[in-house]
Amino acid sequence: MTHLALMTQHLDQIFVLTSHWLLSYLPIALQPLCSAILSVAAIIIAFATLFALTTLLERKGLGRMQNRYGPNRVGPCGLFQPLADGVKSLTKEDIVPIRADRAVHFMAPVLLVAASFMGYAVLPIGRNMVMVDMNAGVLFFFAIGSLMELAVFMAGWSSRSKYSLLGAMRAIAQMISYEVPLVLASVVVLMQAGSLSTVAIVNMQATYSGIWPHWFVFTPWGFAGFALFMIAATAESNRSPFDLPEGESEIIAGYYTEYSGFKFALFFLGEYIGMFATSGMAITLFLGGWSAPFSFLTWIPSYFWFFAKLLTIISVFIWIRGTLPRLRMDQLMNLAWQFMLPMTLLNLLTTGIWHFMLPGFLRWIVCSTMVIVPCILLGSGLKYKKKFQIRTYHFSQ
Amino acid sequence: MVGEGILKGLAETARNFFGSYVSKDRLTTVQYPEQREPQIEATRDFPFLVYDGADWQQGMRCVACQICEKECPPKCIFIEKSKDKKPDAFGKMQIYPATFNIDISVCMSCQICVEVCPFDAIKMDVEYHQSSDDRFGALLLNKQRLSKSNEYYNAIHPTEASAVDAQRAEELAKLEAKAKAAAEVKAAAEAKAAADANPALNASPQQPAGDPQ
Repeated sequence: MTHLALMTQHLDQIFVLTSHWLLSYLPIALQPLCSAILSVAAIIIAFATLFALTTLLERKGLGRMQNRYGPNRVGPCGLFQPLADGVKSLTKEDIVPIRADRAVHFMAPVLLVAASFMGYAVLPIGRNMVMVDMNAGVLFFFAIGSLMELAVFMAGWSSRSKYSLLGAMRAIAQMISYEVPLVLASVVVLMQAGSLSTVAIVNMQATYSGIWPHWFVFTPWGFAGFALFMIAATAESNRSPFDLPEGESEIIAGYYTEYSGFKFALFFLGEYIGMFATSGMAITLFLGGWSAPFSFLTWIPSYFWFFAKLLTIISVFIWIRGTLPRLRMDQLMNLAWQFMLPMTLLNLLTTGIWHFMLPGFLRWIVCSTMVIVPCILLGSGLKYKKKFQIRTYHFSQ
Repeated sequence: MVGEGILKGLAETARNFFGSYVSKDRLTTVQYPEQREPQIEATRDFPFLVYDGADWQQGMRCVACQICEKECPPKCIFIEKSKDKKPDAFGKMQIYPATFNIDISVCMSCQICVEVCPFDAIKMDVEYHQSSDDRFGALLLNKQRLSKSNEYYNAIHPTEASAVDAQRAEELAKLEAKAKAAAEVKAAAEAKAAADANPALNASPQQPAGDPQ
């Protein structure tokens, strides 16, 4: 029994142990630097592979939702399609507009990818598998996340094209608007956990009463917070139905209209990596990070659970993309400021009440009511306020 | 209820997703190089030349009248007449095309050549696998590459081809009847001429025969 327990423990820590074993061959002075390089390389390889897998998964999933096959030509079941896409984007001509600011034009996609990868520094991927256990990890994550907006604006500005600039403006407006509910939705967890450290937040959730875990999503305020966080994360990563900065079918690519070849692919990579990072943060904050969903499943390695949860969230993202039509700009802003913001603020209050009420049935009822009733009232109120009328188009008649 | 429409939409896409793995008739995409949709009969792309019988040079219907060459809007047909003649399907001695080229990179598949041809010699093909790495040579079809048998024509456009065949058979029958009638007339004329000539020939011996009477 103890032998089995030791084995599962070793399997759980296999990457940590391997890293320690590799580093033990180096002189002490070099070890911190090499440890960092090793972790960075591992994160980049793992998540770039996940990116490649996701592009394929997304195309196949969307295809199936539209009763198509999706890519099935390159390799068995189209498995090498990401490779073919990569080769294609590498061999394409890299066009830079003649009047563009070349330096900024080049730096924008690089910054985007770098910023989106930096968030992973504080994400606990498994037990003891976090690159930096910062005591202000969540704060660091959102600070780095806002660098992506800068990259987007650099792309739009440096292209010196009115379409790129307008696209960047719209993207910035959207990203900043949704940054507010994104951060406010995650504040409830910080209130409850009393810590900004991602590792501490996950450790708090990785305990069980009976077989049930103490994930924050299994509380009224946690569930509301998770839902709001995911909506804001969708908008933040410019994904459908909030993908109007890119709007593939209407405006060609928004702020990266003037990008081609591998730089375009870098934007693509950056967006997906950013999406994974935000999803990873949602998992850390609400879904118990690397902890197993039931106490009897803890023998499965912790990193498996993290990636299983991540893939589930990605699948839901794809499902949503296959279902919902794109929002209009005014609908997007109304949703952010009229619905998301009041709901997140109210959720803060709910969390406070939950914290100060005694554990028991009553606080469940009170807090659930505080989440559900305003949601319905606000939703139907906004719907009621909307006037439906026959539109007249003056110039087309 | 708020969000009801979203849930309905999600259910619909989920049904499509799982349904496409269960029922194959949801997936209507034809997997092109392996599977082919059957072509409809009126399909057409580029012209070809019809020949009767087994030998494409001998059975070529084209008589190099050059109407198609003159009518062709993008001028993609080039014809050179032969110096000698060969018998056509009706047995008449006709000239034939020494050169017949169609540049299908120029051809716009309008079918005017087919409509103006009085000899049913040029028809529309259905073969669309024409891509090639040779931009000029492979797309300039010569007489040999253009020639396809009447059986092939019957296979690709059965209704149209059988109508053409029936018409040609009728024409041939008419011609044969005419030839027969002409032969009969000729024979009768010959007989008559013979008869006319014969009495003179026969009478004179008869007259002397009668003379004694």
